[in-house]
Order: sequence, then C-alpha cells, then structure tokens
Amino acid sequence: MSMTETTPPPPATPPAPPRPEGPLRRFLDSDIFYSWKRSPVTILATVTALTLILIAVLAPWIAPYDPFNPASLNLMDGFTPPASQGPFSDNWFLMGADNQGRDVLSTIMYGSRVSLFVGFMATLFAMTMGVGLGLTAGYNGGMIDAIIMRIADIQLSFPAILIALLIFGVARGLIPANQQESMAIWVLILAIGLSNWAQFARTVRGATMVEREKDYVSAARIMGVHPVLILLRHILPNVLGPVLVIGTIGLALAIIEEATLSFLGVGVPPTQPSLGTLIRIGQQYLFSGEWWILFFPAVTLILLALSVNLLGDWLRDALNPKLR
Amino acid sequence: MKNVIKGLGAALLCTTMLVSAASAETIRWARASDALTLDPHSQNQGVTHNFAHHIYETLVDRDVEGNLQARLALSWELKADDPTTWVFKLREGVTFHDGAPFTAEDVVFSLDRARSEKSNMRQLHADVDQVTAVDDYTVEVKMKGPSPLYPNNLTNTFIMDKTWSEANNVVEVQDYAAGEDNYAVRNTNGTGPYKLQSREVDVRSVLTLNENHWAEEKPAVTEIVYLPITDAATRVAALLSGEVDIVQDVPVQDIDRLSGTAGIKIETGPENRVIYFGYRFGEEPLKSSNVTDANPFNDPRVREAMELAIDRDAIRQVVMRGQSIPTGVANPPFVNGWTEELDAYPAVDLDRAKALLAEAGYPDGFTVTLDTPNNRYVNDEAISQAVVGMLGRIGIQVTLASRPVAQHSPLVTANETDFYLLGWGVPTFDSAYVFNDLVHTKDGDYGAYNGGLYSNPELDEKIRSLGVETDLDKRNATIAEIWQVVKEDRVLLPIHNQVLAYAMKDSITLPVHPENQPLMTSVQFNN
Amino acid sequence: MLAFIIRRLAQSVLVMLFVALIAFVIFRYVGDPITSMVGVETRLEDQEIMRDRLGLNDPVVVQFARFIGNALQGEFGISYRLQQPVTELILSRLPATLELAVASALIALVFGVVLGVFTALRPKSFLTAGIMAASLVGVSLPTFLIGIGLIYVFAVELGWLPSFGRGEVVDLGWWRTGLLTESGLKSLILPAITLSLFQLTLIMRLVRAEMLEVLRTEYIRFARARGLSQRAINFGHALKNTMVPVITITGLQLGSVIAFAIVTETVFQWPGVGSLFITSVQVVDVPVMAAYLMFIALVFVLINLIVDILYYVVDPRLRVDGGAGN
Repeated sequence: MSMTETTPPPPATPPAPPRPEGPLRRFLDSDIFYSWKRSPVTILATVTALTLILIAVLAPWIAPYDPFNPASLNLMDGFTPPASQGPFSDNWFLMGADNQGRDVLSTIMYGSRVSLFVGFMATLFAMTMGVGLGLTAGYNGGMIDAIIMRIADIQLSFPAILIALLIFGVARGLIPANQQESMAIWVLILAIGLSNWAQFARTVRGATMVEREKDYVSAARIMGVHPVLILLRHILPNVLGPVLVIGTIGLALAIIEEATLSFLGVGVPPTQPSLGTLIRIGQQYLFSGEWWILFFPAVTLILLALSVNLLGDWLRDALNPKLR
Repeated sequence: MKNVIKGLGAALLCTTMLVSAASAETIRWARASDALTLDPHSQNQGVTHNFAHHIYETLVDRDVEGNLQARLALSWELKADDPTTWVFKLREGVTFHDGAPFTAEDVVFSLDRARSEKSNMRQLHADVDQVTAVDDYTVEVKMKGPSPLYPNNLTNTFIMDKTWSEANNVVEVQDYAAGEDNYAVRNTNGTGPYKLQSREVDVRSVLTLNENHWAEEKPAVTEIVYLPITDAATRVAALLSGEVDIVQDVPVQDIDRLSGTAGIKIETGPENRVIYFGYRFGEEPLKSSNVTDANPFNDPRVREAMELAIDRDAIRQVVMRGQSIPTGVANPPFVNGWTEELDAYPAVDLDRAKALLAEAGYPDGFTVTLDTPNNRYVNDEAISQAVVGMLGRIGIQVTLASRPVAQHSPLVTANETDFYLLGWGVPTFDSAYVFNDLVHTKDGDYGAYNGGLYSNPELDEKIRSLGVETDLDKRNATIAEIWQVVKEDRVLLPIHNQVLAYAMKDSITLPVHPENQPLMTSVQFNN
Repeated sequence: MLAFIIRRLAQSVLVMLFVALIAFVIFRYVGDPITSMVGVETRLEDQEIMRDRLGLNDPVVVQFARFIGNALQGEFGISYRLQQPVTELILSRLPATLELAVASALIALVFGVVLGVFTALRPKSFLTAGIMAASLVGVSLPTFLIGIGLIYVFAVELGWLPSFGRGEVVDLGWWRTGLLTESGLKSLILPAITLSLFQLTLIMRLVRAEMLEVLRTEYIRFARARGLSQRAINFGHALKNTMVPVITITGLQLGSVIAFAIVTETVFQWPGVGSLFITSVQVVDVPVMAAYLMFIALVFVLINLIVDILYYVVDPRLRVDGGAGN
C-alpha cells in the first residue's frame, strides 16, 4: 500500500517477500499463514480492514479537511453534491458535503477513527473482564463459578443493545450534566464493553476447566506455584485461540452496536460523529435526494464490519482443524 | 372452539364493514406523536389539545389568522359596571354526543374542573375567583383583579358534560398517585364535530362525524383515522406510498421531494413560535468555560459579538431549507407587541465581532458548552450545530451537548446550563406571556424559563403592571418600552420563527394553523 | 427431581429480584419523569404538585419497597405518559410483538435449516461460497439499515408492501391479530424479514457446522457403507441428529428475538412492546420501562426453566449431579 520507492513505474510483479529468520519465519511457515495465503477472500478482507484502520489512524494527516474543527466549516457549503467541482477548487468535496457543510470524505475518515476507537476499547474491556472472570470461575469452580456464570447467563439472554441502553442510561443519570459530552465516548465504551464480556467468560471458563485437570497444572499446583501465576502462565496461553476468535467477531459486533446506539440517539455528540452518528444524520436525507450523506458512511461501516467479520470467520476455521 | 370461530367470523365481518365504509370522505392523518390522554384537563400539551379539539369544544378558539372566534360562546365582554367580571353568552341548541343538552351548568362545572388542584390547566385560570351561571345560557367569571385578556386563556379549556362526568365518576381530574384508571382518559362525551369510535394508544384512533353538531355547514371529512408515526422517514414513506393522506410534521428537507412528487402537495405557513438562544447573566463564572474569573456573557460586547457572528440567513437557507423566518426579536409576528423595527437583525460582521471580543478582553475567545434539545423543534440539533461553527469563527469554542427534550428542559428550568437553545410559543398572543416567563426575574410565578437568570428590577415592575392595566393603549406603550430594553440588552438571542409544513394528497386542502392545531373540519376536497 | 426443580425455581426468583432492583434503580435516576409527562407549557408549581402526588419525593427505599410489593401483584402502576395501567398496556401490545417474533423465528428456522443443509452438503459449490458471504454481509449490516433499505425499495419505490404499522387487525377479544387480514399479513413481511436475518445466519451456520460434524462420524460412514441412499443418509440421519441443538437454540433465542425487536419495531412503527419501550425510554416513562425489563426477564427465566427441565428429563446423566459447577 505504501509508496516506499520513488521509481516512477511500479514493478510489474511484487518483489519476493523478505525471508528473515526467527519468529516471523516461523509464522510464515505456520499452518495459519498457509491457510491465510490459500484464501483470496481472507486476503482481501485483511487488506480492506488494514486499509480502513490505517486511514482512520492517519486521518488528521491525510484528510482533506478537519471536520471536527467547527471554525473551519462554512454552512453555505452544506449539501454540495459529490465531486461537483474540480479537484483544485477551494471547496472540492469528493464525496459531497453534509448538512453542516462538512466534507463527507473527511468526516468518514475521522468518524471511522471514533468508531474503531470505541470498538477496540470496548472489545479490549470486554475481553479483559470476560477472560478474568472466566479464568476465575473455571479455576475455582463452586460458588464463585455458579454466581459468575449465572450472571453471564442472564446477560447473554438479553440482547447487548438493551444492556448497553441501560448502562448508558445509568451513566447519564450519574454524571453531572456539564461533563456528559466529554464523557460520552467513555460511557459508550463502558456500555458496549459491559454488554459483551459474557461470551469471553463462558468460553474461557470451559477451556479452563479442561486445562485445570491436566497433569502439568496439577504439577504446578503441587509445587506451590501461586494460582494467579498458574492461570496467567499456563492456562491463559491455551485459551488464547478461542479468545482471539471471539475478540475479532466481538470487534465487528461492537462497531455495529456503537452504530445502532448512535442511531437510536444515545451515542457520541454530532460535532464529533462516529460512523453510526453519520448514518443517523444521513438517514434524514434519504428521501430528499442527498443520498451521499447516508450512502458513503453506510458503505464504510459495512465494509469495516464485513472485513473484520470475515477475518474472525477465517480465524475460527483456521484454529479449529476439525472443520478444515 | 365454536365460540372462537363465531367471534372470528363476527370480527372478520366487522373489518369488511370498516373497509367498505372507507370512502373519499375518510382522512388518514399522520403525526409524530399521539395525544397523551383524552381527559381534556389533565395535560396542557399541544398535540393532546389538537386531538381533543375534534371531540370537545372550547368557549372560544382561534382561526387560522390567530384571531379569537366564537365557538361554544357567542359573545364575551366585561360587565358594564365591573371591570373584573367577564360575561359569556352561550350558544343555544347544542348537545353532547350522548344527547344531553349543553347549558351554563356544564360551563361552570368544566371551568371549575379545569382550575381544580389536579388539573394541568389551572395556571391559565389562576386569576379566576368564581364562576357562576346567571341563567341557562349566561355565565359570569369573576376575576381576582382586572384581567383584560382572560378570554385568550380559554382557547384550550374544553367543556365537559356535568351529568356524564358525575355518572362516570370523573368529576375530578385523574389522580396518578392513586393509580386510578380514570374513565375520561379513554372515553369521551363532547359537543365537538366528531365522536370517538375506537382508539389504540400510539397506533390508531378513529373518529366519525357527529351528525347532530350545531354548525350549519357539515365538514367534508366524515371519518378521521389518526395515525401517530414517530420516525420521520417512515412518516414520509407512508405518504409517498399512499398509506396516509395528511402528514402534519414534515421534515423540512423532504419538502422539495414531496412537492415534486405527483399527487402530493405541501401547505406551509408561519407558526406562532420563536427559536432563540439564552445565556447566563450575572458575575459568577460559567461552569463550562475556561474563563474562570468572570462571566464572558455578562459583558454586553460579548453578546453583541455573538449576534454579529451568527448568520441567520445561512441557517434559514441551509439548515431550514428556506422554511423559517429569521428574526431579531424573541416575539413571533402574531403576538401583540411585535413590530417591524424590533424584528430587524444586524448583518453578519466577523471583523467587528472579533474586535468587540478583543475589547471585552477575550481576543482569543473562550470555551463554553451549548445545551440543545434534539427532538423538540424543527432541526433543533442542526441549528445548534451550525451556531457552534459560526461562533468558532470568532474564537468562541463551543462544545455541543445534545439531549432529548425530557433531559434538556430541566437543565433550563433549574438554571444548570450556561448557554442553551429553546423555542417559545405564545398561546395568549400577547407579549406579557413572553415577559412573564423569559424576562422577569426568576421569582415565584415569574421567570420560570428565565434560564439565564437575567434580572432587571425596573423591567420587572413594568412587566407586573401589564397584568392589571386596563387601558390598552397605555399597556401597549409599556410593552413597547420593555421590548426596547430587552432588545438593547440582548436578553435573548433570537434566531427565527418556525414555519410549519403539512404535506397531503393534492386532492385535499388543509391550511396551516399558527398554533399547529389544524382542524379536520377545515379540510376541503378539491374534486 | 423435585429438589432440582425447587432449586431452579429459587434461582429464578433470585434472578427476578436482581432484575427488579436494576429496573427500579436505573430508571429512578434517568431523566425527570415529571418533565417528560408534561409539556413545556405546564407551570413549575403544577409540576411540583405532581411530583408529590406521584410519591417521587419519598425516600428511595420506600419507593423500591412499594415497587416490589406492587410488582408481585402484577401491578406496575400507571404509565406516566399514557395514564393507563402498565400491565394492561403491555398485554395489549404483546400480541403484535409475539406475532412478529414467531413469524421471524419461523423464517429464520426454515431458511436457516435449508441453507445450512445445502451449504453443508455442497461445500465446494460456488453457490455455497455465495451464501456464506451473503450471510456475513447479513451479520455486518446493522438492523436499522436493513429496515430502512427494505422500506425504501419495497414500500416507496416499488409500492408493493406497507411501510409501517400492522395494517387492519382483528380483535378476538383477548388477542388482537394481524394474521387474518390481507393488509395485516402484508404488513408483517418486511419487519419479520428484517428481524429474522440475524437469527437466520446464526441458525444456518449452526446447522452447517453440526451437519459437517455429523457427516464425518463413523455412524454416517457406516450408513454409507450399508448402501443407504444419499438422500436417506442426509435427511434421515444427519439432519435428524442436528435438529436437537438447532431447536434448542431457536427456543432459547426466542426471548432474545422478542427483546431485539426493539430496533425493528422502531423502524417499522410496529405497535409492539419494543416500540412501547423505546418511546418510554425517550420520555422517561419509568413504570413502563421497569415493567418491560421485568417482562423480558420473566420470558428469559421461563424459557430457561423449561429448557432445563426438559434436559433433565431427556438426559439422565444430569440427574446424578444436577447442580451448578461440580
């Protein structure tokens, strides 16, 4: 993707991949990499996901405008259709301008940043919490296990969106009015994270219960190794595979959940929109002919969720040899 | 089993009959929300009143120009020898839907019910001392003091039948706490042009023509199907696909598309409602600002700079798609006290605005949070968002906090916001209503929505004098004086008056009502 | 057997209490019910009177105790917004949601099984790749976008199907159904499809995975070796074996579908409990929100209880140590 060489004609065939020794070498020779190479769809999904992530990360440097700086906007640019003016004019909007005169392309770049940030942080939060509780439940068993898993059961039976709405509501009630906007994004992360931990907990608990009975764990226990160390050093690495799969799919779910919450009007502020907020705004112009305000953010959201989902799907198959 | 089949058959028959009865005279009327209740005195809320106006009637109401007109009262005037008593002559030969005759007893009962403790309408009748029936068709309302404009408060106070109310145990307005399910919440007996036939809350209500209504001219619409549709896009889709005939709350951005669609037309007209920004007065520093030793809004130069930075015409053109009337005064043109001079607003002047800010000691601007509702007024959130951008250009960095109105309005009434958007309708069509709530110092009955805590004792005195002044010329002069100060002080930062748009099939005509309370009796079929 | 059921019942009661506490605490502190009940036009002192009347000025503990006491009698008070008994409101909205949920569960089940079987039996087919890809697109599309898209295409552009509501309904006295009229059935199509897509992909993937697993077992190989026809093997043996988990999951997911209908009902203006809930959240109609949460919890607890007991009956191994953990 990146232009490292300045030689004018790009090489007709991609240069042979470097073959260094060490961990990378081992990875390139692994089954997983082999299965990745064999699946063009997965390669495409990886490229798409990485491109979108890269664009989001680099948005402040590569976006043509800064839509989050209200002072730079001109309301009179509002509803400019896509590419209606030449690329060298002052207000060239490749994907048009939205209802506030913001460049849709730039807004999408910045918006993906918000969406991805919320998605990653929420998944990380859910993962940490779920893995922690899953390990605890699976290793200890008994009462602790019963309580944790019962709560997980309750939570799993409610749709994440309902739980997130509730958590969002509580947080709104607890945070003073003049701090709600600055806290909004963290509340969102908390709400989505808290509504998704149960999957992790359930999977990890199952795997932990299996591992716990194995000889090496019993040996470590007899040697007097601290339970936390056993969990982290011996059991955790063995459950990482499924956790990674759930995490990847969870990321896609979190991105969609954020969009749905923003669509229902309980997301980030409209001056710093995520993809979901952009879709909520764009949906108002569905019938009035300004299709670009809805279309481009929607396509971006779908591409993002789809490519991450495809990766998760492939990862599951790759890590589960039975299905290969 | 047999019974079930029988019931099923009957029900099916019922539906078929419904379908066949539906003819050209049926109007399917869609709005964003449903009436909250059918009890006419339990909620003081526009949508609820609008619906009730079809079933119940008031003594007086307003025509589409906003003038008072006779309804159940034929005439109303102050008693010759007593300026504190209003005399209402009632219409004769009116009957309620159940056949009972309408008399002065019903008016006395209804006004007393409307000003009872559990009624939500009582504030409008706070100055009433006593209501008495002189004869069958004359009612006297004794006020606590001179109240020259009292009839203006009656346009949403509906008349119920005394006998029916007593028989059904609804003499009192519903008591929430007792958990009562009041009969009047779901059943009606009015004198209005339509009777309630069926009602599923939030889904559909069906009204049919009252054949015995007193009006000589029978309305063209014989059946109303009232359909609340919350989502704006769904509402528009329903009209485009021909599932409804009239959509009352049309999003401004869809007006072009709808009026360009064959078979659909749009009626627009000004609403009696102004949209404005309020800010915090007083020395105390703002809660949401980086200026911690002073209140920038308290400096008149800052307020002037803000007004000069806001481009009302751009808001009209882009955010409102031309559907608003920019204004320089927080008073709609319908209201007594409005003048063209007050309405004028300055042209945008960013250089001057920046200079004023620098003079006030904020050459680099300051930060502040703007609180806005996002589901109450036409494009409320987008207006605020546009203002954030405009103020950004002179260095005032605004954070936007957007909330549903349920969470927004407590911030304003509890004075917890530094800078906010609000809309204000004036049901009495008189400036005193604006002054009492928005300009008068917050104190008891006054200044309830004075969210910025503006306080000017001299004005307060003048405002209070409006309530008892009987010489109308003198009173109008005082109103003009008050507006002069309000405008010079920039107590409020008005943006525009809202414009209403109704969309309908082009075989129908329904004029826009200034209080957004259209009656289906005014619908005309064009063919 | 009895001890097991009693233990499960006790757990269920605990769960319900837990949810009740959450329901109450949360909604007591979100927004201001008074402001949501009245218009801007209502005077402040009237609002104060109403606050008193509703008992909102009482201590929180008193309010919660009152809440639980009433809930036990199926009494959730009067909706602030609609001034009608909440229980009655929810019951009158329930048929719409149940019809929608069952219709979409059926769609999900039928299409999910058919597509799942197909993709399992023809793993190399081009169509399988297409279906699998489409299913992922389905999961990656937010429900509200699907709904809006369907309305735009089928209601506005093509004009084939209604864009909102339930159409004509027939009142059977205790149940208001939309299934007996043409407009009612037509109105059901778009929302049911929208709601079913997520479950459909879930079931399809489950069926596919289970089928692939079963087809690899000795038992199927043996059947093949015995010379049974491919059709008999696929449907008589393989599919039959996958149906138990599939039906269990579908049943367990029914509660989820009912709750997940919130978004679909909002987009299609479907007059069910979900749209009642969202409207109530927007105007902070506390009694309705609390009752809705309790209702969903009850559905969940009942379904789980039934599944647990069925498992207990079906699988004798559980009888030895039926408790939680070990």
